[in-house]
Amino acid sequence: MNIVVCVKQIPDPAAPQSFDGSHNLNRSGKLILDEADTYGVEMALQLVDKAGSGEVTVVSMGSAADLAGVRNALAMGAAKAIMVSDDALRGTDALGTAKVLAEAIKRVNPDLVLCATESSDGYTGTTPVQVAELLGLPSITFAKSVTVDGSTVKVDRQTEAGYDEVTSPLPCLLTVTAGVVEPRYASFKGIMAAKSKPVEILSIGDLGLGAVTGPAGARQQIISVVAAESRAAGEKHVDEGNAAQEIITFLESIKVL
Amino acid sequence: MAISNIWVVVEPGTTGLSTTSLELLTNARTYGATVSAITWENGASFAAQAGEYGASTLFDVGSLGGALPGVPVASAIVALVASQGAPDAILIPTSYDGRDIAGRLSARLDRPVLTNVTGLSDDGGLVTEHPAFGGTQIVKAKFTGETPGIIVIRAKSFAAESAGGAAANVVSAPAGDTGATGTAKITTTHVEERTGPQLEEATIVVSGGRGLGEAANYVLISDTAKLLNGAAGASRAIVDAGWVPYSAQVGQTGKTVKPAVYIACGISGATQHMVGMKGSKNIVAINKDPEAPIFQMADFGIVGDVLKVLPELIAALKARG
Repeated sequence: MNIVVCVKQIPDPAAPQSFDGSHNLNRSGKLILDEADTYGVEMALQLVDKAGSGEVTVVSMGSAADLAGVRNALAMGAAKAIMVSDDALRGTDALGTAKVLAEAIKRVNPDLVLCATESSDGYTGTTPVQVAELLGLPSITFAKSVTVDGSTVKVDRQTEAGYDEVTSPLPCLLTVTAGVVEPRYASFKGIMAAKSKPVEILSIGDLGLGAVTGPAGARQQIISVVAAESRAAGEKHVDEGNAAQEIITFLESIKVL
Repeated sequence: MAISNIWVVVEPGTTGLSTTSLELLTNARTYGATVSAITWENGASFAAQAGEYGASTLFDVGSLGGALPGVPVASAIVALVASQGAPDAILIPTSYDGRDIAGRLSARLDRPVLTNVTGLSDDGGLVTEHPAFGGTQIVKAKFTGETPGIIVIRAKSFAAESAGGAAANVVSAPAGDTGATGTAKITTTHVEERTGPQLEEATIVVSGGRGLGEAANYVLISDTAKLLNGAAGASRAIVDAGWVPYSAQVGQTGKTVKPAVYIACGISGATQHMVGMKGSKNIVAINKDPEAPIFQMADFGIVGDVLKVLPELIAALKARG
């Protein structure tokens, strides 16, 4: 069973974030593997393991100058990576990204494509389903649990009221929610092995794509960025044993108790 | 260019259309445009409600035969664009199914999509507002290409208000053949027992974070929520850690809540979390770290250990009866 996991290298979410002059997220600092993607990588490794054959390929788009995030996925156990990297990709929107990822995924012809529900920097949250549509695949989003039985995938999918059991024939694309599996830490051996695993770096020309990318392909424009109305800090008390009563008094004062 | 035609995807909820759907219809009718709604499964039963909130036409995709809504609803909308002409914009609720519909539709129509929208205005075309960096900044954006623009809007961005309109005219809008893309099918639906109000509807929300120390302590959050007749939420950190399901997550990647009071327990206040709860009327924070960012927006803060304060609060609330 061959599985593609789409991953993204993002600026450390714990570090301060800003826009550059073109209203693109400033990505000049160190990039890391989006933690949201580690669940898909782990899930893929477990499914391949269970199937007894096949491999995990990670597919990503972004700067190839720093591949630490992709190497992290390889260190966890993925066999190889495809990184689409091109200056012309700067400013590409979700649909343009999906077009790039879909073309790269076609090269692997996987049985299953796994993605996070959304990235932790851009949060658009539509790219996986756009990829599925461009590949002509069924998709099941917001998976809480995943099992593969022959040529069928069975998923418990999060819903507003609970969850649905959903099945789909393979090939299929899934998005997995956080906590679906516990991502492994890369072992020292894994980290060393990752250094020599193949990372294929492709340009958009290699994929035969042109105008879909960049700000022109995005067909949307940021007009302005303004400071939001901020909330003022209120009272702050150090607990001296009466915090519970103080909270109750506050709740009474705002008439919710 | 004046906005003359807006379509709104309206989702079946637990009773009638979902609240977010009604919020979107309410906003859509403020631009002087013709508002049409698109729904599925049992469209005719929503005609009165869709009309009441401003839709003149309700396109009904009909039964999905167990398919997830994303593919068939997008397919039906593509057919409608071909037969009716493109509207200026298609508004879609941010929800599990809404996001599927938006993604499928965007790829099928080859039109961009703007998501996580929390505000809309008319400036010779729709201008979208998106919170950035934990909601400290607002990004305004617009589409520059051909219509329709696909706009995915977060819950609670607008208030839902009835316009007292007559029932919408129901028009059948079948999905047609969806081929391989439509082969994911729901086999069983599980409704989880819920004792209190829903997270997004609750007047009081009590949320827990990493400060709880371990998964077993989340019971302090659910107990407090129950005693306050509120709902229990969670930060991304403890959802990622697998302590509570994704459905409890409040924040950028989870739910948006705007309760009368939000009680953040052991939550530091990462930007990811803030964007989902900063619209709360009042915010109470309990955190050991006096420098935690959550205190910058809390109306009432307790610098203390949630593992000590919450059991006391639970006991005090029980004593009140």
